[in-house]
Amino acid sequence: MFDYETIRIIWWAFIGLVAIGFAITEGFDFGIGALLPFLGRTDTERRVIINTVGATWEGNQVWLVLLGGAIFAVWPPVYATLFSGLYAAMLLVLFALFFRPAGFDYRSKIENPAWRNAWDWALFIGGAVPPILFGVLVGNLIVGIPFHLDHDLRSFYTGSFFGLLNPFALLCGVIGLLFTLFHGAIYMKWRTEGVIHERASKAVAVFGPLLLVLLVLATAWVIFGIGRPEITAMPSTDAPSNPLNKSVLAVGGGWLTHFINHPWMLSAPALAVGGLVVAWLLAKQTPSAGAFVASSIGVSGLLLTVGFGLFPFLLISSTEPNSSLTLWDATSSHMTLALAFWITVVFLPIVLLYTRWVYKVMWGSVTEAKVLQDTHTLY
Amino acid sequence: MISGDDVVTLSRLQFGLTALYHFLFVPLTLGLTFILAIMESVYVMTGREVYKDMVKFWGKLFGINFAMGVTTGLTLEFQFGTNWAYYSHYVGDIFGPLLASEGWMAFFLESTFVGLFFFGWDRLSKVQHLTVTWLLALGTSLSALWILIANGWMQHPVGAEFNYETLRMEMVSFADVFFNPVAQVKFVHTVAAGYVTGSMFVLGISSWYLLNNRDIGFARRSFSIASAFGLASVLSVIVLGDESGYTSGETQKMKLAAIEAEWETEKAPASFTLVGIPDQVEEKTHWALKIPFALGLIATRSVDEDVKGLKALREENAERIRSGMVAYGELQRLRAGDKSPETRQRFAEHKANLGYGLLLKKYTNEVTNAGNDLIMKAANDTIPRVAPLFWTFRVMVLSGFTMLFIFGMAFYYCATRVADQKRWLMKMAVWGIPLPWIAAETGWFVAEYGRQPWTISGVLPTHISVSSLSTDQLWFSIAGFVFFYTVLLVIELYLMFKYVRLGPSSLHTGKYFFESGYLPSTRTLAR
Repeated sequence: MFDYETIRIIWWAFIGLVAIGFAITEGFDFGIGALLPFLGRTDTERRVIINTVGATWEGNQVWLVLLGGAIFAVWPPVYATLFSGLYAAMLLVLFALFFRPAGFDYRSKIENPAWRNAWDWALFIGGAVPPILFGVLVGNLIVGIPFHLDHDLRSFYTGSFFGLLNPFALLCGVIGLLFTLFHGAIYMKWRTEGVIHERASKAVAVFGPLLLVLLVLATAWVIFGIGRPEITAMPSTDAPSNPLNKSVLAVGGGWLTHFINHPWMLSAPALAVGGLVVAWLLAKQTPSAGAFVASSIGVSGLLLTVGFGLFPFLLISSTEPNSSLTLWDATSSHMTLALAFWITVVFLPIVLLYTRWVYKVMWGSVTEAKVLQDTHTLY
Repeated sequence: MISGDDVVTLSRLQFGLTALYHFLFVPLTLGLTFILAIMESVYVMTGREVYKDMVKFWGKLFGINFAMGVTTGLTLEFQFGTNWAYYSHYVGDIFGPLLASEGWMAFFLESTFVGLFFFGWDRLSKVQHLTVTWLLALGTSLSALWILIANGWMQHPVGAEFNYETLRMEMVSFADVFFNPVAQVKFVHTVAAGYVTGSMFVLGISSWYLLNNRDIGFARRSFSIASAFGLASVLSVIVLGDESGYTSGETQKMKLAAIEAEWETEKAPASFTLVGIPDQVEEKTHWALKIPFALGLIATRSVDEDVKGLKALREENAERIRSGMVAYGELQRLRAGDKSPETRQRFAEHKANLGYGLLLKKYTNEVTNAGNDLIMKAANDTIPRVAPLFWTFRVMVLSGFTMLFIFGMAFYYCATRVADQKRWLMKMAVWGIPLPWIAAETGWFVAEYGRQPWTISGVLPTHISVSSLSTDQLWFSIAGFVFFYTVLLVIELYLMFKYVRLGPSSLHTGKYFFESGYLPSTRTLAR
């Protein structure tokens, strides 16, 4: 139905969509986990916070699983290079995520304060570590990763774990964490009343400006401090996927020039800044629906900015630019892309529909009175 | 030689550990969700509160288990990329969309509805909640469907071809991949094994309550549902046994011969070696006790077909390696730019055996120049180690038949309404709780260890599937998994035992054993 070139672009957009779904839904789950020990002081307060996401965090986490699965299906070399190259970082994300299912499900099964407190800190780790590392990952996508492909298309990573923690990537890690705190606090404020609502409001007021300042800093860093490679020769955009058939110049025109050459791409950073500013302004009001939508738009703009900025690159190699992976030469076959396309077109709306229904059923403020009444059915 | 043997061994060790560990939780999830859906259906149809309590109590245990399933499942999705990067590149075109489909169709379904299952009782009508429970059960089984199609493809890779331009396998027929006979057999066998696990769990714990004379009405009803569902499931597992899939696919035949420790081809009707001592060095089986006709029936469902032995299969594989060497040579020519019709023709003739050529990469990078000694070495590698397969298979089968006996007796005595007088049977059910796990883990071992030296049968050898990692990195991750998984398992078992001991009293309805409203006289009402 679609030619190979078109469906490659469609899939680039779909992966972006799944990444946005992940950032919006897991974003507030992570934030709520990371804020839990600080915004909830008593056990009941903490139970209120946990139960704002208690019934839905598991479904949200599937966005992450799907993101991994979709990249595997659509861009196998990206999946292979990223996960094996960033081995220690990926495993740390995984280990941190281990704390979440057990934290949510086991915490309130025993009424011992030490037990519960321990799980609250486990949920903190499970909420704070992944967004930092995902931020670091995005930072490294921008500066490039030291890897190359050999003649058999086997991927070799030649950097170290600490090489990933370069200053720019660490800044992105902090931005990742701040976004989840901001977004999570907005959601928490939306779903609670009284003292937790107040504390969440204060958190939003603090994290909003901090996030914006760091984003401006990161943008300046990208424009003035980081080079952008450029493709000098490549086969046609519907050629079979083989990343070694192109030539890439290590430093091309730079990131700002890339956006200026494609002015429509500037809509993404505008969306990011606009969304986050509006979210911060609206957060002073109740209800918080507007602020939540705005911060969701903000994070979508952020991811689109990164995606547009990289386009057509998916993974930039900082050591052998010719090995860089692009959406023209690192995709699955035409048939697989088409198959995955139809599966997505059918199932995405179904998933969104029933997810919406579940949220509708479970909606309503979580209050101390409610969690005290339901000690044996709520978390 | 692509990477150190240590990296391959450690990667396999890690995959085995994490997959076996994940599989402690998956079968119980598969089975319990269906049992919960059945119990809740009875509740909605009869309106009797005890069935609702059953759903809630067994649901609590399900929840404790489910959390671990989610935790450990994530590992497996990450691990193809982290540890099997070349595999991911080489077969991502087929394997990836199957995993993604699992995400869209199954993970979202089960994970979205599991929250409503626990927290939606007061917010949904009875029928709505029942629907949610059924969707949860459907989601878990759909998840098994997709992952077993993926695994079935690893055992018998149909519907895909090698593309020399992209240097990987690419899908040519999704229908062939989906309706792969090995995958379909595996799916039925594995989900049914999951249902058996759930049933044995409920049957055993209910028996323990009955033996201790507590919560009789609750336990008796749980017991009878588990016995009926368990009997149906265990029959499916045995009758639709996995081995019926062992005739399609070359490696599957090798696996079958290894399970049977059948070194020489058995003339039809092939006999089955019940027990014996397999000897890998002498390539024979000492003290074999054979049952005439049985292997032919199991493997070919007939009495007039041969079942090939290991030595004959090895000879065939040596031939395939020679053909694979030609394919490898032509591939290099194609890649160097020689796309003449003769080269293409020769490559097309031999490319089905390219994977066999890659077996030589373990010993040399000069695949096309390999001598006869290396070819024989590589051919010998295609015979898996027989003794571990021979014994684990027998442990699995023995566990299965023991459970058939337990469920058969339980069902019979339930039907004749004397089950709770048969203390021996209830004791057996309690002690039998580990059986489905033993069967599932040994079954996994037979399927995966038996496929060695391949990750994708006949297509991709295990030793070139791994990532370019160092042993330090692998020790770091293995240490992490062992540490976290041990801690989590201790916690999980502690909670499981705690809630099993509490029983339905943990629901705080006031009606059960440890609560003030408990009336021993419910014993007489129970029936």
